[in-house]
Amino acid sequence: MAATTTSSDVKLIGGWPSPFVMRPRIALNIKSVGYEFLQEQLGSKSELLLKSNPVHKKIPVLIHGDRPICESLVIVQYIDAVWASGPSILPSDPYDCATARFWAAYIDDKWFPSLSGIAKAQGEEAQKAALDQVVEGLVLLEDAFVKCSKGKAFFGGDTIGYLDIALGCYLGWIRVTENMNNRKLLDEAKTPNLVTWADKFCSDGSVKDVMPETDKLAEFAKVLMAKFRAPPPN
Amino acid sequence: MAESDQVTLLDLWASPFAMRVKIALAEKGIEFESREDDLSNKSPLLLEMNPVKKQIPVLIHNGKPVCESLIIVQYIDEVWTHKSPLLPRDPCQRAHARFWADYVDKKICSLGRMVWSAQEGAKKELIECFKLLEDELGDKPYFGGESLGFVDVALVPFLTWFSMLEHCGNFSMVEECPTLVAWAHRCMEKESVSKSLPDLDKIFGYFMELRKKHEAKKNA
Repeated sequence: MAATTTSSDVKLIGGWPSPFVMRPRIALNIKSVGYEFLQEQLGSKSELLLKSNPVHKKIPVLIHGDRPICESLVIVQYIDAVWASGPSILPSDPYDCATARFWAAYIDDKWFPSLSGIAKAQGEEAQKAALDQVVEGLVLLEDAFVKCSKGKAFFGGDTIGYLDIALGCYLGWIRVTENMNNRKLLDEAKTPNLVTWADKFCSDGSVKDVMPETDKLAEFAKVLMAKFRAPPPN
Repeated sequence: MAESDQVTLLDLWASPFAMRVKIALAEKGIEFESREDDLSNKSPLLLEMNPVKKQIPVLIHNGKPVCESLIIVQYIDEVWTHKSPLLPRDPCQRAHARFWADYVDKKICSLGRMVWSAQEGAKKELIECFKLLEDELGDKPYFGGESLGFVDVALVPFLTWFSMLEHCGNFSMVEECPTLVAWAHRCMEKESVSKSLPDLDKIFGYFMELRKKHEAKKNA
């Protein structure tokens, strides 16, 4: 589908490794909307970012015309509403919509902190407990997938939807974590449907070019950990 | 709205999150059954309807549960479209409203709790957040403009915390945030808000009791 908006109308402030930034990128791809990708440097915040998101000073920020929109899932919903003629991202039924929003909130508020908790866990026992917690969350999401997908390929049905985007953006980081800890988080035994879904998601046309390669992400993770390593306790 | 719509709210009288749902239902003129739950002894219905978080509020609409207060408010707005739209039609304004409601959730709730338990630095940060919300309100009567909107519904239940915050943080809301206090009283003039919030003295008393018990446990 030809882009209906020139790329100068739409800018996205972000960074290639960020799962949150991936979300609006996937949404814009689904809608075939061209955009200018303004990448932030790690460790510094551009004037444009600080001016566009003075409250949180975080990426991603979508700038449409001269209007900034902040918070990744708010941006995805905005994109869905503005480019309404493209494939729908949110379910049309209010109940299905509420369900998708519920699981997206669960992923961000409960599950993602457990994933980032793995890197912070001190000692083998704490690490194993942290990894177990992430898997427990994925088992819940496996169950949600079965209910939401109703036998189709994605949470959203035949095509990628809101909840696919909300969870799928973390797949790169899930793989990095699996490699670093030598343990499968998404596995055939406990989360077979999510394993199949993950492959389909990553090979989808709207995701392929914005999903970072696992090796590149792993290198970035090392740089991140070195740069932001917490000072030793007093 | 179907005549046979069954709407039940799993509720807690002191919960600002449950109040959000009650305000939204009242704005839309929807009759509902309120069922108080006891969080120290959660009902089988709550555990069945919200197995993931096991928390109120839960809206049960024709047997189907909807959880998380702001998600419930959006659901109510999307199902009952006949009156009182809570979210703006314009996508940009809608995004703006969602952003600020999310801000209330991220900041006001946790900072409020920290002020209640006398944590260092919380009061200063909380007042800064309130002032930012005042800037956002500007000279509009409501965050939603001329009528109550999504952000008003998200924030106004925290009016029930104002006296507690003043007492525990030793400051005056009307001195620090006069615009916000005026806005809160304006909201209370609406029946949908005044009938959905508990008596302010009663809830202040409740917080003080809780605080006494909390202090007693700490010093035990």
